[in-house]
Amino acid sequence: MKKINLNVNVEYLTRVEGHGNIVVNVKEGILEKCELQIVESPRFFEGMLRGRSIFEAQHITSRICGICSCGHTLASIQAAEDALDFTPSPQTIKLRKLLLHYEMLDSHILHIYLLVAPDLLGVKSFVPLIDTHGAVVRRALRMKKTCNDVCDILVGRHVHPISAIVGGFTKLPKEKELDEMLKYLKELRTDMDATIELAKTLVFPSFERDTEYVALVSDDSEYPLLSGDIGSTDGVRMNKKDYKKITNEFIVPHSSAKHTRLSRGSYAVGALARINLNFNKLHPKAKELATLLGFNNKVTNPYLNTAAQLVECVHCLEDSIKIIEELKTTGIDYSEEIVVGLNENKKIPVKAGSGVGAVEVPRGILFHHYEIDDKGIIKNANCIIPTGQNINNIECDMKKLVPEAIDKNKEEKDITLLLEMLVRAYDPCISCSAHFLDVKFVK
Amino acid sequence: MKKPKVAFFDFACCEGCQLQVANLGEDLLDILDTIDVVEFREVMTEKWDQGYDVAVIEGSITNEHAIEKIKRIRERSKILIAYGSCATIGGVNGMKNDFELNEIEAHVYQENAKHFKTVPTMAVSQVVKVDYFVNGCPIYPPEFITVLKCALAGLPYHVPDNVVCVECKINENICMYDKGVTCLGPVTKAGCNSWCINNGNVCYGCRGMVSNPNENSAKDVLSKYNISLDLIKNKMNMYNKCRELNKNEKDKS
Ligand code: SF4
Ligand code: SF4
Ligand code: SF4
Repeated sequence: MKKINLNVNVEYLTRVEGHGNIVVNVKEGILEKCELQIVESPRFFEGMLRGRSIFEAQHITSRICGICSCGHTLASIQAAEDALDFTPSPQTIKLRKLLLHYEMLDSHILHIYLLVAPDLLGVKSFVPLIDTHGAVVRRALRMKKTCNDVCDILVGRHVHPISAIVGGFTKLPKEKELDEMLKYLKELRTDMDATIELAKTLVFPSFERDTEYVALVSDDSEYPLLSGDIGSTDGVRMNKKDYKKITNEFIVPHSSAKHTRLSRGSYAVGALARINLNFNKLHPKAKELATLLGFNNKVTNPYLNTAAQLVECVHCLEDSIKIIEELKTTGIDYSEEIVVGLNENKKIPVKAGSGVGAVEVPRGILFHHYEIDDKGIIKNANCIIPTGQNINNIECDMKKLVPEAIDKNKEEKDITLLLEMLVRAYDPCISCSAHFLDVKFVK
Repeated sequence: MKKPKVAFFDFACCEGCQLQVANLGEDLLDILDTIDVVEFREVMTEKWDQGYDVAVIEGSITNEHAIEKIKRIRERSKILIAYGSCATIGGVNGMKNDFELNEIEAHVYQENAKHFKTVPTMAVSQVVKVDYFVNGCPIYPPEFITVLKCALAGLPYHVPDNVVCVECKINENICMYDKGVTCLGPVTKAGCNSWCINNGNVCYGCRGMVSNPNENSAKDVLSKYNISLDLIKNKMNMYNKCRELNKNEKDKS
């Protein structure tokens, strides 16, 4: 590396969920510091859950993160049902898959358009784009709203779903509502096609670093999001119950945010990891786009996570349409609608146990783990969030990126932007990750 | 006319309330037409170093750093809106106050707990003066628009002080007590259009308790099903634990 000095200090990184800082120090060509610091105020969810009923866990953990509220809901329900030995009906599973697709679409669209596109179009936020790219902004907001509207129909609202609980759904969509969702989703196709065209014109920074990618894997032909084993591109495969062997949380001194590693120094989760592992299972339309973007071989440029998200948008949209069409053919069994509340009617038999939920949420694999007593009271709770798993990998990327950029004679402000864009590409949800991890305040 | 400068800030929260704002879709553009958003960290890199006409605050106050920050924001703002349960009543973050601080810090962070200090969770109004409240976890978008319009026009907004049951009955839901489960609707402030019950779930009290539950609660529901006010007040702690901080202060004075 060239013998120069460089000081990057991005305080309160913008356009990410939650609060984080980037600190890089290079002294006479030696990289002294290269960190992504977490400065979120902790909220102690794992601590607060103790003493609460397992039937409240979904309601509470959904509030860990507004963006992934449906993902937390689904992981929480899965962990609770696993602990209670409750098997959800095929109809329930189908509707949960639909919900997860909606969340994936919603979150990815927000990230692609509002958080990443400004970088690629060279502006500071989507606000100036209202004037320069009015049609694009309107399309983004329209797509976002559609995702939100179909969620409203399915579970009452997207931010903190109401009807998806342990045992099933408190309200099932009426025939008319299925039609409505189908109509919205089919209309969304036009905007999705326009998004694909836009994406083809965007140029992502070039940077490569091979790493281990981790995501759910399965033996059937379905793109695994709601269930499966944990797999990696280094050949690891484990049952979700063994999640702790995968995440290997360890503490690092600089931010003491717990980091994770598996077969090598770090691993990555998220859309890119999922496509690297499950490319073949994508919906044909999504696979076509993925091939065009080069995802038919392992992709090791982290900036392309945003492109991978776009591929998943197409997959989730097409698969949602397919699910609803199937539901329309079979019809919905409304006798499955449940009233649970705090399980005051003992609808669901309660026993002591321990359960794990592993769900692919927009930013990667999410784990919830609860231990409950024979009254269904939570004794211990553990949640491992995708961003927590990615932080270590992001820092490894930064350590390779900075010297390379210096050797290419990039200026400080360009390096800063490249670093910010790198962190944003992972779509980090810091408000999630730090709720359970240790935090250092950097003033 | 000069557009009012509006800034959005978040403290300990899930950022779900700002998402509700983003979810307004194209309506958002109409609002953006009339105001000048000068800070909104989640979607903007721009920063502003002068006063704000309106500051919109999300999240609870949970440490010294936040106390200082919210005070500085208050000094620079003509009008301050707290939105979302985390900000207006402490919300789910208040459950932390059920535990000894040292104990819960050590439980989650083990040997690293000493690295930082937290304080009991507080609603924004427990630290600085709040001019407008938008309750709910998350906020109910139509109410947010109404409050923002009132704030910009300098008009008062009165949070409804009747209970969720009123809206629930208008919506012709079957009462949850008839289905044998507890619902906090009889003591919770209305304004969400009985959102959760419309969707087959119960009310969890996210909008906060009516100011005087002995008078303003749905007595007919309580007496019809023979439920004691104390029982459901206890359940209110999921969202409303922070109200005890006020009570303690009153006890002291
Ligand atoms: S009030 Fe609820 S939705 Fe709003 S920020 Fe707090 S937890 Fe999230
Ligand atoms: S108790 Fe609940 S379900 Fe019954 S009327 Fe009141 S809000 Fe509605
Ligand atoms: S019904 Fe109750 S819990 Fe649901 S949004 Fe309204 S006040 Fe909040």
